[in-house]
Parts: sequence; structure tokens; C-alpha cells
Amino acid sequence: MAIMRKEVRQMRRDRLTFAMIFGMPLMQILLFGYAINMDVRNLTTAVADESNTHLSREFVARLEQTQVTKIRYRVNTAAELEELMRAGEISVGVAIPKDFDRRVIDDNRTAVHILVDGSDPTIGGIVDALRNMPLAFDTTPVQQKHDLIEVRPYYNPERRTPINVIPGLMGVILTMTMMLFTAVSIVRERERGNLELLINTPVSSAELMIGKVMPYIAIGLVQLALIVWAGDLLFDVPVRGSIIDLYVAASLFIAANLALGLFISTAVKTQFQAMQMTFFLIMPSILLSGFVFPFEGMPVVAQYLGEALPITHFIRLTRGIMLREAGLVELSGALIYLGTFSIIAITAAALRFSKRLD
Amino acid sequence: MNEQLAIRARGLTKQFGSIRAVNHLDLDVPRASIYGFLGPNGSGKSTTIRLLCGLLTPTEGSANVLGIEIPRDSKLLKPNIGYMTQKFSLFGDMTVLENLQFMSEIYSYPKGERTSRIDELLWKYDLTQQRDQFADTMSGGQKQRLALASAVLHKPKLLLLDEPTSAVDPQSRRDFWANLFRLAEAGTTILVSTHYMDEAERCHRLAILDHGTKVADGTPRDLQNNTGMTIIEVLAKDPYRAQVIIDEIPVVASVTQLGVRLRVLVPDTVDDALDIVTKALDRKNVPAELHTAEATLEDVFVAVTMKPEQLAA
Repeated sequence: MAIMRKEVRQMRRDRLTFAMIFGMPLMQILLFGYAINMDVRNLTTAVADESNTHLSREFVARLEQTQVTKIRYRVNTAAELEELMRAGEISVGVAIPKDFDRRVIDDNRTAVHILVDGSDPTIGGIVDALRNMPLAFDTTPVQQKHDLIEVRPYYNPERRTPINVIPGLMGVILTMTMMLFTAVSIVRERERGNLELLINTPVSSAELMIGKVMPYIAIGLVQLALIVWAGDLLFDVPVRGSIIDLYVAASLFIAANLALGLFISTAVKTQFQAMQMTFFLIMPSILLSGFVFPFEGMPVVAQYLGEALPITHFIRLTRGIMLREAGLVELSGALIYLGTFSIIAITAAALRFSKRLD
Repeated sequence: MNEQLAIRARGLTKQFGSIRAVNHLDLDVPRASIYGFLGPNGSGKSTTIRLLCGLLTPTEGSANVLGIEIPRDSKLLKPNIGYMTQKFSLFGDMTVLENLQFMSEIYSYPKGERTSRIDELLWKYDLTQQRDQFADTMSGGQKQRLALASAVLHKPKLLLLDEPTSAVDPQSRRDFWANLFRLAEAGTTILVSTHYMDEAERCHRLAILDHGTKVADGTPRDLQNNTGMTIIEVLAKDPYRAQVIIDEIPVVASVTQLGVRLRVLVPDTVDDALDIVTKALDRKNVPAELHTAEATLEDVFVAVTMKPEQLAA
């Protein structure tokens, strides 16, 4: 179709857009894959060992072995630890009192004080991990208690962050690029004056809309392939379910975003407004979709908002297909939502876009 | 519907908020002719063209364009009209050839004939050299030829041109008009808006618009012969002083300076206009040569757009 060919041709000429199509997914995957690491490791730590006995030194060595902490400073008093923390030099401070050896044996007294910078929520979360560290020294055979509850993390036994992040990241990358492309597409023609010419031709609104959406679906699928490939290569993120299922789900999701973008494009007046609208929608897509925070943990209102976003459903689909080996039948609810959303959005866009200027 | 008319509009009105852009416009445009809209910026030329091709919905009134009711059936009209916007509206990041191919696809021009039609247009509109050039990088005249070629590609019966020559040099304008005459001879009806007098003079028929109202229409010759004014040309050594004096004469409707000459318009209800002006200048001892002259389109324009109170004076 004429509109489609024209879009592809113009897109190929627009080097920046072309670079964005491929550059953005790679860039994001590297950023998110490496930087967003929710396993807490290598926290800068200072130790004030006032006891300085064989036992205390062994304790410090064990602390370092956990790899949670990385000891940077050794100071003399607990007061100095506080200073360092206030200055932001350390995240964890370990104070070992003079009578450490005696306190270890005494059940009623705490042996070690650990100061944690609570201003960072993820660092605060390690308090529990450190508290449970057994003080199993050869002089004091501490009884190894059996856990009452055993937790087995299914699907991601090593609890690696990329495994959780990459399937969600697919949704974020596709939302950003797809929505932005179509959101600008019609306004751009309006700004350049092309639209006045187009609406005077026999081309119908539906033809125009579909012609603008189709090429981008192909691009979205290429982006998806890129993310799957990079995820596997760099972070060992598996696709346990069917890759075809993944593509089917993604096609629907891409269509939903493009349709939403088109709708934005018919509603705004300038390209700048289109971008603002897009970013306005991208923020909740990242925050409320379950990409960053677990969906179940959110307040009910936020959950409702999240449910309305296509990306929430898509993340369920990708996590299901890629990690839990689920099939499309089991995930049909999300698929139906995405399909319905696309149809409604593209219809709304075609209706809003009247072939008139007034 | 009169077979001889391409456009017949009655009481066409368009209101934008509190501004009435087009005010009860009646229009009869004969087929296979060039019909001009003459008027200053903001006189409603563009709005009228947009109303006539169905881009805007009239607030009041109706129009019949090529036998099609507007705005009701404007969809049926699209394949039969070619429209050239005031601003260049083809795709700047596509080549001349690609733009023409795109237009041929969009108008569903018969597949087998597309290539030959495009070649014909490239040749006719002297664009063969620019075939593979991006539209954005072309000169104003070249862009304009491309726009016209695109607008006529599907051989429309009616061509609507909104100030087509506002961005080109005089030579390009002459060539452009030669093209328009060729099209009109081949049977195309052309509606063109302009604010150039010399362009308006070339039209077969003309409507003068002012503040959304049609103040005059007819052939350029008719309009010039029926200004209702006596035109006096004054050649004075000190044209500025002469102008001040003539301006104070109560019956004078307008004085315009053109170089060393002054053009004075006096309503033809005044019998001895030449005499009155001559005497007024003599009394103040301003030497001048006076004679009556033929009305130009500019005089027509000044005469018909004059405010009522000026005429009453």
C-alpha cells in the first residue's frame, strides 16, 4: 500500500530514527541489565574493632567473605563510624565492643552493633541478612537451627536480577519506541503541511492509520529479536516457552502501543506535545506495570491503573512464556486484553482523525 | 445544475469563533476557464477554497462542485479535484520521482500507465533533470512545478490553487501561467487565488474578496469598465503637495501615488471631476498636468474595497 511504502522510505532516510530503532534497545538492555542490580553486593563498610582479639578478627573476615560488604575503612571508635556514614562514605558500619569475646558467650547481650544507612531502601533490606549471619566460631559451637519454612525460588533459583528485568524491559523498550514513533507521525505531517495535501486525496482515514502502523510492527519485532538475542548472549536469560508464542504476544502488544501513539497523534497539535504526552504515559508504564515493583504489593488504585496499561499484560505474558514455560492458552486473558485495546485505540484514532480541517 | 458551471455556491458562510471568514458568498465558476480570487491577506480566499474542496464545513450555505453537493458528498469529490496548497506540501525527504509515484498510487492511477504518465509530467513541467533530487533541496520554482505536476497527475476536472505563485520569481510565474492556460484549454477548470494584480488580469473571470465578502465579480475588462469612478492621472513636480491638496477635495474618493504620478478616483456621479481637481491645484499654485485614464485592476480593487463612509463623502 502506498502509505506504507512511503513511511518505510521516509524512515530509512531519517538516520536518527533509524539509529534509535536499533540503538535504543541495545543501550537500554545494557543499562538495565548491568546497572539495575537488586542483589546487594559490595557495600562500602567501615569496621571499628575495639576488641581486636582473635575472635573479633575472625568475625570481620567472615563478614567480608559474604561479599555483601566490602571493608574500606578501619577506625577506632563507634563515633567515627557515625561520622563516616553521615558523610556518605559508607553504607554499613560494624562496631565491635571491647568485651566482644565475653558478649559472644552471653546469650542476653548483643555482641556486635551494625549501623546501616537506612536512607537507601535496598541497603536497608540487607539488615536481615546480616542479622542472621551465624556467629559460628570454634570456641562457641552454636546450634544450627533448622528452618521451619523452606523457600524455593522457582524459575529463577539463583535469584539473578536480569532474569526478572529483561522480560519486563522488552515491554518498556517497545512502549517507548513504538508509542513515540506513531505519536509524532501524524503531527509531523500536520506541521510540515503534508496532511493538508493527504486529506485532499481519496485516501481514507483507515488506510492512512493502518499504513502508518504496519511498518512499525515489523520494526518492533526486529527490536524484540534484538532484545531476546542480547538477553541470552549477555545475561543468559532463557526463552523457556515457545518463541512463536512470544512473537504473537509481542505483535499484539506492539499493535496496542502503536494504536495508542496514533491516538495521541490525532489529539495533539505539535510534535512537542506528542512527546510530552508519550512521556506522561511512559512513567506509569514503568512504575505500575510490575516491571519495577511487584504488582501484588501495590495499593488497589495503583493496581487498577496498572491493569489498564497494555504493558502490564505484556510483562505477564513475557515472564510467563520466557521463564515459566507457559503457553498462550494459559495466558489468554492478557492476550485478549491487548487485542481489544489495539482495536479500540485504532478505531478511536481513525474516528478522531477526520478528513477535515475544522 | 447548469452544465456550463463547474462551481455554483450560494450563501456560503464560514464562521471561526467571532470572526466571519467568509460571508454569504455566491459564486458561479464556468467550466474550462481560469477563475481568480483577488483579495488582500485575510480576505477569505484560502477559506473559500478549503470550503469548496470539502476541507472545511460551511457554517451556512451550500455549494455544488462538479455536480457534487458540498459538504455532504465531499468524499466523492476528492478523486476529481487537484489541490495545490499555499505552502509546499509534498514530501521533502522524497525525490521528485518518488513523490509523483506516491501520488499516482494514492489516486489509484491505472498501474500500466503510471510510468508513462509520470514521464510525461516530468517532461511537461521540466523536471526531468530533477527526477532523483530530494524535493526539499529544490528551488521555489521547481517546487512549484512539482506541486502542480502532482496536483494534475490524476487529470482532475477542477484544479484549486491557493496562492500558487507567492514564492517564485517573475519568470517562473510566467511559465506557470502558461501551464495553466494549457490546462484550461484542455478542459480543466481552474480556481486560483492571488494578491497580484497582474495575475488577476490574466484570469478569464475574477471575484474580488474583501473581509470575507465578494465585493465585485466579472471579467477583468468588465470590472475595469464598470468601476463607477472617473480616473484622473496627475503629473506634478511636487506630487506630495499635490496629494495633500487633492485629498482635501470633498468629492475625491482616493488618491494614490505611483512614482511621480498620482491616480485620483472620483465617483462618476460627479460630472466635472477633471475640472474640480484642476481648479483646486491652480488655486494653490501647484503646477500639474492632468488627464483622464483607463481604469486598471488596481483602481478597480481600490474602488470596490473602499469603505462606505469614504464613498458617501
